Amino acid sequence: MNLAWPLTLGALLFSIGVYGVLARRNAVLVLMSIELMLNAVNVNLVAFSTWIRETIAIGQIFALFVITIAAAEVGIGLAIVLLIFRNRETINIDEIDLLKW
Amino acid sequence: MPFVAPHIAWHGIAPELALVGGALVALLIDAVKPAVDRRFLAGLSLATIGLAAWFTFDLRDTRAVIMQGTLAVDGVALFGRLILLITAAMTILISYHYLSRRRIHRGEYYPLLLLATSGMTLLAASNDLLLSFLAIETLSLALYVMVGFARRDEKSQEGALKYFLLGAFSSAFLLYGIALTYGATGSTQLSVISKQAAVASVDERLMFVAVAMIAVGFAFKVAAVPFHMWSPDAYQGAPTSVTGFMAAGTKAAAFIGFFRVFLVAFGALQWDWRPVLWIVAVATMAVGSLLAIAQTDVKRMLAYSSIAHAGYVLIGLVAANRDGVSAALFYLLIYAVMVLGAFAAVIVSAPGGSERLSLAEWGGIGRRYPVFGGAMTLFLLALAGLPPTSGFTGKFLLFAAAIKAHENALVVAATITSVVAAFFYVRLIVLIWLQDPPPDDGHPGIGPTPALITSLGIAAAATIVFGVWPQSLIDLARNAISHGFVG
Repeated sequence: MNLAWPLTLGALLFSIGVYGVLARRNAVLVLMSIELMLNAVNVNLVAFSTWIRETIAIGQIFALFVITIAAAEVGIGLAIVLLIFRNRETINIDEIDLLKW
Repeated sequence: MPFVAPHIAWHGIAPELALVGGALVALLIDAVKPAVDRRFLAGLSLATIGLAAWFTFDLRDTRAVIMQGTLAVDGVALFGRLILLITAAMTILISYHYLSRRRIHRGEYYPLLLLATSGMTLLAASNDLLLSFLAIETLSLALYVMVGFARRDEKSQEGALKYFLLGAFSSAFLLYGIALTYGATGSTQLSVISKQAAVASVDERLMFVAVAMIAVGFAFKVAAVPFHMWSPDAYQGAPTSVTGFMAAGTKAAAFIGFFRVFLVAFGALQWDWRPVLWIVAVATMAVGSLLAIAQTDVKRMLAYSSIAHAGYVLIGLVAANRDGVSAALFYLLIYAVMVLGAFAAVIVSAPGGSERLSLAEWGGIGRRYPVFGGAMTLFLLALAGLPPTSGFTGKFLLFAAAIKAHENALVVAATITSVVAAFFYVRLIVLIWLQDPPPDDGHPGIGPTPALITSLGIAAAATIVFGVWPQSLIDLARNAISHGFVG
């Protein structure tokens, strides 16, 4: 398979993730967009790993680590979001603005 | 293919094993016996850090790449561990009473601190982008929780959320850059990348994008402009002891990782990334110094000052020579000590749950408590980089390294921003000494405890000693890099 296809998919997913982080105002949706960016990297890693054809598939091992880290990140992220929701009953990041400048 | 068990050089990761082991033991004790005396947990953590320091000392003559090339045991890694272990130990000293006063002295603080420290020391020693990423995540995940540790305090929560969202966002960029580097060179090991990057067949466009994205990731972690937005909010919202730990530890670890990745793996591309980092360094120094003037909150002012200091350390990276590395190592150590001293002084500044955060509350404090005012003045002078403090020596070394690399314009820019920065430090000193102290009735005094006095004393002594007799520490930093990076 042509390497360009999975790389394009990865770049597209990553861009959609960046757009989501910048455009969304809901903290959970921002979190989901970040997850999308991490998964875009996984697509790249696995594609490169297959293309390079190394004996030890570093790229695929790396992807497994990334999946684990992403899970840990979601755990902590949702805990923080939940904490804020309990106190302020909003998770709109425009309204979370005690600290500025 | 037969399975070959990898050879594991346990002694090389002994400091990290000690830290993680200590963290797990502390976590277990806290889980089965939640009412355990916090003094015991703090003592256990200090003992763990001592053990890690002993293992680090044991490695002083070893120079090798271990664990299948993922971990470097060299002078820079050891010096980094030294900075980070000192930072962690001082953080525990300044945390103990502060957390009790704010009624947030929960047991999980100490395991989190130890885990964050293990991530930082691994980042300083990492010789593989995969390990660098894991180390950054280890320290970040622990710090996200520590920033939000005052969980009833809305500012602490908000700081944690902002730090988390932007930190995770930047990790994704770093990771994308690592994936592209892997695709272009076929490896994540720094030494292999450096060999491949010098070969003509490597896809240069891919490497440029990769280097740029990895630079973005590291610039976020060290809070360099334009990726600094999270740091004032996280620093202001976090409990003050955590703020000190972040300013000293995260910065040191991320910078050492930054130096190692860029000088070892991307050394062949330095003519491409040095001009970009030149601009980032100047912008960081200027924005940090200018915006600090406008602050009215001490913690936020110190946050912007820490951004400006990130710019000074970046000078060492732009210089890209051994003097630059040794000057940066020296600077990171003395900066860690003085910034922890400054935050310790903020903690001491009031006896109750809340410190004197607004600058106005510092008016005349030096006249009523001359020793305390003197200590804060010393740290502010050191942060401003005035002799005879260690801050002056550190800046001098960094500027000398930049001049050796013919970066004269950079030194001029750094000097100008130093003058701007001196303004807001001196303004606080003037407030401390020249204003009339407010009338006695109902005004809070200061809240020193033995642990806080110890940490203030250590920080003040180090700030003066390394300002007046810096040679031994300079030699130590030079020896750390005298044979270059391993690998």
